Amino acid sequence: MSEISLEELQKKFQNKIDKDVKIEPRDWMPDDYRKTLIRQISQHAHSEVVGMLPEGNWITRAPNLRRKAVLLAKVQDEAGHGLYLYSACETLGADREQTIDDLHSGKAKYSSIFNYPAISWADMGAIGWLVDGAAIMNQVPLCRCSYGPYARAMVRVCKEESFHQRQGFEIIMVLAKGTPAQKEMAQDALNRFWWPSLMMFGPNDAESKHTKQSMDWKIKRHTNDELRQMFVDVTVPQAESIGLTVPDKDLKWNEKENRYDYGKIDWEEFWQVVKGNGPCNEDRIRVRKKAKDDGLWVREAAMAFSQKRNNKAKVA
Amino acid sequence: MSNKKEWPLWEVFIRGKQGLNHKHVGSLRASDYKMAVDNARDVYTRRSEGVSIWVVESSNLYASDPDEAASFFEPADSKIYRHPTFYDVPDDISHM
Ligand SMILES: [Fe+2]
Ligand SMILES: [Fe+2]
Repeated sequence: MSEISLEELQKKFQNKIDKDVKIEPRDWMPDDYRKTLIRQISQHAHSEVVGMLPEGNWITRAPNLRRKAVLLAKVQDEAGHGLYLYSACETLGADREQTIDDLHSGKAKYSSIFNYPAISWADMGAIGWLVDGAAIMNQVPLCRCSYGPYARAMVRVCKEESFHQRQGFEIIMVLAKGTPAQKEMAQDALNRFWWPSLMMFGPNDAESKHTKQSMDWKIKRHTNDELRQMFVDVTVPQAESIGLTVPDKDLKWNEKENRYDYGKIDWEEFWQVVKGNGPCNEDRIRVRKKAKDDGLWVREAAMAFSQKRNNKAKVA
Repeated sequence: MSNKKEWPLWEVFIRGKQGLNHKHVGSLRASDYKMAVDNARDVYTRRSEGVSIWVVESSNLYASDPDEAASFFEPADSKIYRHPTFYDVPDDISHM
């Protein structure tokens, strides 16, 4: 085959993307595309896995068997999401163990929302409703992302997510309609999770340096601010319909723009949490590390057992 | 830090219902085929998406080369007479 210049390869690659032809694992791709995707997908995978911790914390204390079964199923789904994503990451040549070690060493990030504690049962409602709701806003457009395995993983994830948000909303709604103390609990959860949920979409567009390239590559289909606005617009009426108040005194409907105007986000808090100074950062990583270390003997034993069985089968 | 005893990678294929082909749905890591099948059930069929599972160790899978795709599949592109639309049949001929 004749030599093709790098420039030509890049042009062909961008052409494919512009025509909405998916990129598959063994296709040629620029190094930066691969690197950016590995970072984005592994962070996404870590978020699914770390995201199990605040909710896992409540499985044994769910108020009844139905709630317990639902929460268990939800958390199990999140483990599955982590797996789809680590697998997608591996198709890019990333070493799975290394990506996990990068999480444990603090080199890799995960969604800052999971560094907030879940201190009441109402938080299970707020997390499903707001955090999964924000995640859905992010993930639905990614079903059309240019990298095939990531897009396919997102299709599976999105199918499963809608139950997550509904079960959370149901929890909040039941509390909001309950005794004054229960309603208070629901409102308190909304107060604590509202702003961190808005932060989930990341820095303002003006501050977000990778957005342009990621949009050109179609590994991001909307800007952070666009997604945040969409989230506010759908969520505020949901809160109102169950009699809860969004904790933002600047929030008001903008007739002319046909959207809500909302108050200023505390970006100082966001960066503090990203940098590791959130309420639960240390604890989350400690628990993840411990799970890996404590599970080592199980992984080794399983491998030894399989090898033994394989050897036997060969002799027989 | 990554240890050498890492479980191998498996590709997972699911038959959605009787009468359909097994279709590739994704991959997972497992120490052997039995664990791969069990894990595939837990990960890929939690909502009754399947009635049968195949797993193949990824290292046993061989694929065509995407860089050669154009020339590799070219012979089919030029043979339009393999398609029924290539042939003219008068309008008053039916059942064909
Ligand atoms: Fe998820
Ligand atoms: Fe979820």
